[in-house]
Amino acid sequence: MFDELRNPDGKLKLAVPRGALLGEVLDLLDKVGIETGEVRGDSRSLVFDGGQLTLVTMRPSDVPTYVSAGAADVGITGKDVLLEQGDRPVYELVDLGIGPCRMVLATQKGDVAPTEHQRRLGMMKIATKYKRIAERYFEEQGRQVELVEVKGSIELAPLVGLADGIVDLVATGRTLAENNLEVREEILSSTGRLVANRVSYRIRREEVDDLAARLRRVVNEAPGVA
Amino acid sequence: MIQPIPPGTRDVLPDEMRELRAIQSALLGTFESAGFREVRTPTLEYANALELGDGASAGSAYRFFDERGELLALRTDMTIPIARLVADRFRELEPPHRLSYFANAYRAVTPQRGELREFGQAGVELIGVPGHGGTAEVVELLDRSLSAVGLGESVIGLGHSRLWSALLEDAGASPATIARASELLASHDLVGVEVALRDSGELGGDAVAEAVELSQLRGGAEVLERARELGGEKFSEAVARLTGTFEEVSGRRLSRQVLLDLGMLREIGYYTGSTIEVYDAAVGEIIGGGGRYDGLMSKFGLELPAAGFTLYIERIHKAQLERGRGSADV
Repeated sequence: MFDELRNPDGKLKLAVPRGALLGEVLDLLDKVGIETGEVRGDSRSLVFDGGQLTLVTMRPSDVPTYVSAGAADVGITGKDVLLEQGDRPVYELVDLGIGPCRMVLATQKGDVAPTEHQRRLGMMKIATKYKRIAERYFEEQGRQVELVEVKGSIELAPLVGLADGIVDLVATGRTLAENNLEVREEILSSTGRLVANRVSYRIRREEVDDLAARLRRVVNEAPGVA
Repeated sequence: MIQPIPPGTRDVLPDEMRELRAIQSALLGTFESAGFREVRTPTLEYANALELGDGASAGSAYRFFDERGELLALRTDMTIPIARLVADRFRELEPPHRLSYFANAYRAVTPQRGELREFGQAGVELIGVPGHGGTAEVVELLDRSLSAVGLGESVIGLGHSRLWSALLEDAGASPATIARASELLASHDLVGVEVALRDSGELGGDAVAEAVELSQLRGGAEVLERARELGGEKFSEAVARLTGTFEEVSGRRLSRQVLLDLGMLREIGYYTGSTIEVYDAAVGEIIGGGGRYDGLMSKFGLELPAAGFTLYIERIHKAQLERGRGSADV
């Protein structure tokens, strides 16, 4: 299988995101007939045989890197990741409707509203992992902010006074609530997407189109997904 | 003590240099045998001359003042400098002009992406031969050039810059919606295209479905059949033009299939007709591109149709290595 990975004419390689999205992604793949048993096991391996295609697993934020370079032909990751890495060219083919979440601006409960804060002080300090999305959002509104990039639990930043607020991804809002934070503004909503490399999209078009069509069918059939 | 060089630039050592030279000489031989003569233009040009060609997207990332305070720029491609050269130097000569070049071009990069700030281009410009015949000549030469560097398996994609906007105009979309949808298509966000068209409220459900289908329509002659069933008058006209080019191309003796890609929208703004991209399964990036730009020469004061292609030398080399062919003389 390892020899196969560098063969440009070998099986189609699908980048599968580990983490919160993984369960839903594997369920979707099951429904379109891709074998996910190996990935579900507790192997430390990163590459799995999915039957018709090869599954390569990685962090969601690495998916655009691998797919845009052609190291993976197709991949699944969140719209938030694609927006944050908008300069990596990949085809965005299908909205899979999985892992719905929102990118929000949140501040501590009881704080004055960010707009009011901004009116008085003119400038806010915002902690985030999503520097480009946050930058674009505030810029479009003509608001001046100082962005502090942090890697770990962002909720900590306003609690200890590193920042006035945070821009972060929220699914249920539980983490925010447990850390005395509340949503003030919604920046965008995100779901999982099927993406494809620009060259694979042409050269392996039958396989890419087939996968996209099968996923689209399953997504449209599933009740209750956006 | 190590003296660093700027990110996105590189030294080329003897072994690689020999391989790059082999690519160049294979291409030069192919270009020459087709009657294309090599020219060279200055690396530095006046910024406003380059912007004249394509103000929107080809604005150079590297501009600076010379000793007299004039604004200079590093070229982002060779098509615009050659358009300037032909308009200024060949004005009195009888067209067509068949020119080729081997040159470095310069573009801005995002750090740590392995992108090149300075990269090699080899290409041709065919100025003064209009329509299907001109485009087919360019595609035929591209086909032979790829074979000459040992990339028999790479694929030539052929699209048309007018298809997308014509379909949307026929469906009654406003200029603002067309601009927005085109921007999304050029950035390959097909999910976004569908959402933007639907949310605009200007198109019916069927028209949105047709646009989405067009954006993904690619393959052989059968996609033209399908395209003839879509859109209205303006779109039919654009399809007829692409069909004409495709038939002309198919009539030439090519050593590979041409892939029709009706959703192809190249980022560079000067294309007016057919657009070309080159793919190889061994490289994840586009290894060459081009098309027809009949409006470009007139910006330099000479009304002549034009078409051409360029190949990215470093990516051609990478494709050769990935395919296990170290040198161009296979």
